[in-house]
Amino acid sequence: MLKNITLGQYFPGNTFVHRLDPRTKLLIIVVYIVALFLVDKITAYLPVIVFLAISVMVSKIKLKSLVSGMKPLFVIIVITAIINLFFTSGEPIVKLWVVTITKEGVRAAVFMLLRISLLIMGTFMLTYTTAPMQLTDGLESLLGPLKKIKMPVHELAMMMSIALRFIPTLIEETDKIMNAQKARGADFETGGLVQKAKAMLPLLIPLFISAFRRADELATAMESRCYSGGEGRTKMKQLCYGAIDVTAGAAAIVLLAMVILLNTFGI
Amino acid sequence: MSNIIEIRNLVFKYINDEELETVALDGIDLNIEEGSFVVVLGHNGSGKSTLAKHLNGILQPTEGTVLVAGMDTRDEKLMTDIRRKVGMVFQNPDNQIVANVVEDDVAFGPENLGIESEEIRRRVDEALKAVDMWEFRSHAPHLLSGGQKQRVAIAGVIAMRPHCIVLDEPTAMLDPVGRAEVIETIMRLNKEQGITVVLITHHMSETIDADRLIVMADGRIIDDGTPQQVFANVQKLRDAGLSVPETTQLIFELRKEGVELPLSALSVDECAESIFKAFA
Repeated sequence: MLKNITLGQYFPGNTFVHRLDPRTKLLIIVVYIVALFLVDKITAYLPVIVFLAISVMVSKIKLKSLVSGMKPLFVIIVITAIINLFFTSGEPIVKLWVVTITKEGVRAAVFMLLRISLLIMGTFMLTYTTAPMQLTDGLESLLGPLKKIKMPVHELAMMMSIALRFIPTLIEETDKIMNAQKARGADFETGGLVQKAKAMLPLLIPLFISAFRRADELATAMESRCYSGGEGRTKMKQLCYGAIDVTAGAAAIVLLAMVILLNTFGI
Repeated sequence: MSNIIEIRNLVFKYINDEELETVALDGIDLNIEEGSFVVVLGHNGSGKSTLAKHLNGILQPTEGTVLVAGMDTRDEKLMTDIRRKVGMVFQNPDNQIVANVVEDDVAFGPENLGIESEEIRRRVDEALKAVDMWEFRSHAPHLLSGGQKQRVAIAGVIAMRPHCIVLDEPTAMLDPVGRAEVIETIMRLNKEQGITVVLITHHMSETIDADRLIVMADGRIIDDGTPQQVFANVQKLRDAGLSVPETTQLIFELRKEGVELPLSALSVDECAESIFKAFA
């Protein structure tokens, strides 16, 4: 049951988007989000949608997986749109009992709907096409300059990658403990919320103890392999920008320019 | 040949959970020759794992000295050099794999040493081929079997080009297939690459092919010699709470009944042959 949990889903591939340097993708996503929030005319959404559509097509990510990833957030998106629809003051179009729908309300709702969906889909594109380890490597490299002001960038990246490494191991262990407790008559399914939470206790305590033991052993193993922090460390797989990164970066800048242009001259 | 590890009068004491001082190692004297295959045998609590942890400076002696290639393990400044010489493989394969991809994990050690990336690539490929895991280089470690994971851990150690590998019960959590894979791998590394191997175990069957067998009980070395010499003394091993290989057991019982058999026949084939000769 726990096997199905996916965090930061990644669809392996070897397309243009997959081959981009993770740093490029991180920077592009920043530009994309900035462009998205700059939009204040409906036509200015067009370049954003086109940009997303092209990256989806090039990366061969199925539209279905992009939409299904949005399901858990669907309720939030709808509620936000509805609130905007009913509670924006302005020129009324429809009046029903106590609720009024204004022209500005419709506009705000459409904007919110587009903005949130495009934001989520855009960030999904990042995690769908970038392996988690590449992401942490990219982050470490991009945040590198912060080391000068004593930010533990390497340590944070190392913690993130170890956490990612141990998620499947701990899930497996949770499954094992759960089965062991079930075999001794533990009941995880019935009862109210409080009862269910209480039933989790005999699951969590052994899991915590074992996680601490693992951490201790891992630290010893890492020390045995001469680990002593980020200083003086090299990398086998070095990140390097290529021609494709320039192309993608240029596309992102075009996107930003188009949004600004349509904001000024569009409708 | 020169000694890679020299231990003089090693005593290790620690404070246990009940705040009592416990002596885990009680005066160990031991030299390990470069290129040899040494097995340390002992039951739980005999001090064999504590001894292993002294060989690369994870633990420091309370009394006495441990020298690794002439370097004292109590010298903090030499720690990186010591750990470059002596690599360590632990019992639980899951808790020593750091990275999400097999080859990245093997690269972890050389990366810590600050080696250039092309050289790391070369060493990683070499190490993975040496443990026969090259086809799995881009796999996620959690999808491998126990034996495969342990071989990845061994590759991670040999990518640092150590002179000696210490394996602390590397097969304790593995099934028989995984156990055979790991033992076969370390034997090959010892024979083909001349890496010194110190294998800590409580499995009798893993001791037979060793150059030297050291038996520990209560923090002391109680026997030291070739496997043939050690197993010849069946009664002493039994007193230490250890059983002997089934072949030795059989020969021992037959000898008690007055059958003339050599105690040195350790493998199943040798044993069968000597029994066949005795009754022919």
